[in-house]
Amino acid sequence: MQGSPKNPEQKIIKRVIALEGDIIKTMGYKNRYVKVPDGHFWVEGDHHGCSFDSNNFGPVSLGLVHARASHIIWPLNRWQKIEPALPMDRRPLSDWRDGSTADKDD
Amino acid sequence: MYSFDMIRRAVGKTLGFVGYTIQYGCIAHCAFEYIGELVTCSGPSMQPTITNYDVVFSERLSRHFYRIEKGDIVIAKSPSDPKMNICKRVIGLEGDKVCTSSPSDIFKTHTYVPKGHVWLEGDNLKNSTDSRSYGPVPYALIRGRVCFKLWPLEKCGSLQESPNGRILRDD
Repeated sequence: MQGSPKNPEQKIIKRVIALEGDIIKTMGYKNRYVKVPDGHFWVEGDHHGCSFDSNNFGPVSLGLVHARASHIIWPLNRWQKIEPALPMDRRPLSDWRDGSTADKDD
Repeated sequence: MYSFDMIRRAVGKTLGFVGYTIQYGCIAHCAFEYIGELVTCSGPSMQPTITNYDVVFSERLSRHFYRIEKGDIVIAKSPSDPKMNICKRVIGLEGDKVCTSSPSDIFKTHTYVPKGHVWLEGDNLKNSTDSRSYGPVPYALIRGRVCFKLWPLEKCGSLQESPNGRILRDD
């Protein structure tokens, strides 16, 4: 969960797709491939077609992160722990971190 | 040998002390988070307005109520390293036109600050990494507005206006 880069009053909740140094293929961004700059990360909503995320406003500064969403607590029938998981088609192109799988949650 | 009474008094005093510490800790935390904090500045990027090891008071209220204005000196989280803070002057707010070329350039280039962002520059233009290198900074990264200098004592008081003619005002 992070402060929105376009509207400082608003908080948005997205999934972290890539961290600093990763090169990823974007979906609808002005550049086809992006290397995430230092101190930034790349976030996307799970519903790719209609999500206002890094594909619109670019990499987001880490300083804007407010918190990590750990659980869904309401409605009760959707109570669950939110697991860190990266969709297979959204993996970064370069995985320079040895052995680590670049999946995180936000 | 300690009597039960002595032990009871000692425990009572300790709990009282802990209680007071927690209370004052919470009040201090709220004060630093919502009112203001003291900041020691380092680096040459804001000379001559703020020099190395100056202590300033930065208030949080302007930032929370969206009253940061052009010409204010702000403390913000660094866009390239969230653990570091930067102290720069606001040259432009969202929608403002800012000059991206240096004063020595022949052809002047301009850009408009996007929504939700500010353009920050240090007063010491020759020795400052600021928005001219890393672009506009999201408003939400701003922590507080520097309102006066506390140290060194002979320079105590409010801070001067921008010494450079970088702020474009349409008066």
